[in-house]
Amino acid sequence: MAAPLIECRDLTRVYRMGGGEVRALDGVSLTIDEGEYVAIMGASGSGKSTFMNLLGALDRPTSGSLKVAGEAIETMGPDQLAAFRNRTIGFVFQQFNLLARTSAEDNAALPLIYSGLKGAERRERARARLQQVGLGERMDHHPSQLSGGQQQRVAIARALVNNPRILLADEPTGALDSQTTVEVLGIFDRLNAEGITVILVTHEQDVADHARRQIVFRDGRIVEDRR
Amino acid sequence: MNLMSAISVALLALRVNLLRSVLAMLGIIIGVSAVIAMVSVTEGAKRAMEERIASFGANLLVIRPGSSAFGGRRGGAGTATFLTDADVEAIRSEIPGIVAVSGEMSGSQPMVVAGENWTTNVQGVHSDYFEARDWFVESGRAFTPAEVRSGARVIMIGQTVATELFGAAGPLGQTVRVGAVPMEVIGIMAPKGQSSWGSDQDDTVFAPITTARSRLFGYQFGVRDPVFTIYAEVAPGTNVSHAVADIEELLRVRRNIQPGAEDDFSVNNLAEFIRARNETETQLGVLLAAAAVISLLVGGIGIMNIMLVSVTERTREIGLRLAVGARRADVRNQFLIESVVLCVTGGIAGMAIGVAGAYGIGNLGDFPVSIHPAIAGIAIGAAVFVGLFFGFYPAHRASRLDPIEALRFE
Repeated sequence: MAAPLIECRDLTRVYRMGGGEVRALDGVSLTIDEGEYVAIMGASGSGKSTFMNLLGALDRPTSGSLKVAGEAIETMGPDQLAAFRNRTIGFVFQQFNLLARTSAEDNAALPLIYSGLKGAERRERARARLQQVGLGERMDHHPSQLSGGQQQRVAIARALVNNPRILLADEPTGALDSQTTVEVLGIFDRLNAEGITVILVTHEQDVADHARRQIVFRDGRIVEDRR
Repeated sequence: MNLMSAISVALLALRVNLLRSVLAMLGIIIGVSAVIAMVSVTEGAKRAMEERIASFGANLLVIRPGSSAFGGRRGGAGTATFLTDADVEAIRSEIPGIVAVSGEMSGSQPMVVAGENWTTNVQGVHSDYFEARDWFVESGRAFTPAEVRSGARVIMIGQTVATELFGAAGPLGQTVRVGAVPMEVIGIMAPKGQSSWGSDQDDTVFAPITTARSRLFGYQFGVRDPVFTIYAEVAPGTNVSHAVADIEELLRVRRNIQPGAEDDFSVNNLAEFIRARNETETQLGVLLAAAAVISLLVGGIGIMNIMLVSVTERTREIGLRLAVGARRADVRNQFLIESVVLCVTGGIAGMAIGVAGAYGIGNLGDFPVSIHPAIAGIAIGAAVFVGLFFGFYPAHRASRLDPIEALRFE
């Protein structure tokens, strides 16, 4: 069997706040294989966001080891982490984080600017991904001209544009109504079926039910890991 | 991230907040236009000064008896003895580095030819005069040293005299009555234009000094072969003040001035005098330069302020860019480019206003203005410098943001 896509051992992240220390993540060990569909759950302050930031290479652990796609996150410097995020991780955020007054196409193409691709190829790949999420007709629209569900689909196209191995979604349906939630989750289901590893952070059980594995955090530790 | 896409992102960011961008640019616009107005006006003043010096003859020394052109003089008019042809010859043979030296006598004389008349200043000079003054005949010929020695009745006329007396007809070879003496026109001088005092230098006639002395200014001077003024040209590269000192020493000996007594003659370097006159214009330039530096500084602080606001407003955007793979240098460069684009846009506007302003100042104050093509380079260069210098801190701050906190920023 191939090495797991994500392998963390004794992962700890401590924040210094005022005088004291907060152990946001306290010795987490876990493996996730390529192609899994995982929901990470927990109350706020449970450590799930900290775990998410580490998986996404936005942050480095205080101690312990974290290997993602064969690379040791804890040993990388800021620029190496940036390049790693660019080619390996696709991010989807609760608040979409699209650039205002910028077309859907340019928003979706944003990560490719930092991959050093030429303009024509950036546009071509962004268009292909927008087609894939069903926004082929609205490439020139600005975020203000799109509904919430459509904006989140642009964000998903942006996350996919550089062919990442992992799609990390932080409360991706938190700002959506129930109808569009179903649509967006449908896209995640389909992408996972096509082979991308999808990791959702959510506190809603019916969102988590789309995943085939649910990991529950409490006080910086994993308290439940069911498939 | 390549430069072109960075510039288009920067332009977009500036267009989004158009009014704010224009206000932020105002300082740069004022600064750059002040720089350009300054450079144009001082450059024009410098060029005018050089033209005046050149028109007088570069490195020209003017030697006069009995009075100083600047200081108060003692002894009263007419007590000092005239300089003479012998002084001219002594300067020619004994002072090193003198390339041309000539005496000069002048006076107003009526000129009459075939029903036209014109009264003008007739200057009797040696044949070296024209080299000393850097002023030559345009057509015909100059008189020779032999003609000076023999007192030939020949004249060269200035452009104004040629027009007044002869109109369109050719004056060469014509005979003109100067005072009571018929003289032949052998040359027409090249146009010289206005002197630095505003008089028409072309309204003049040159005759051999011997002819002028014996036939035109036929009164007693108390010395043999007197001259009113001696013009001496120093060779280029010669130390002018050494030449002045040498001539002073020579003339003190020749005029029997006791040690400790004051000179009864003066040796002036007119180029120096003209330079001194122009110093006021140069000082105006220094004032403008100070104003320009201060307004660029204030403009730069405005840019820095607006860039800091922009970085704060776009914290989430920065977080997103970092999350999707921007390196710190990419973020820093993006904001630096925005700052430079802001400044360069202001610089171009400032350049247009500065050029217009320079002409405005030139027209109002009757200053000469010289718009140099390099001014575009100066304006853009100053703008880029201000953009980089004052944009660096905000850009650096943007690049140091933590992606997680930036993404969470409300």
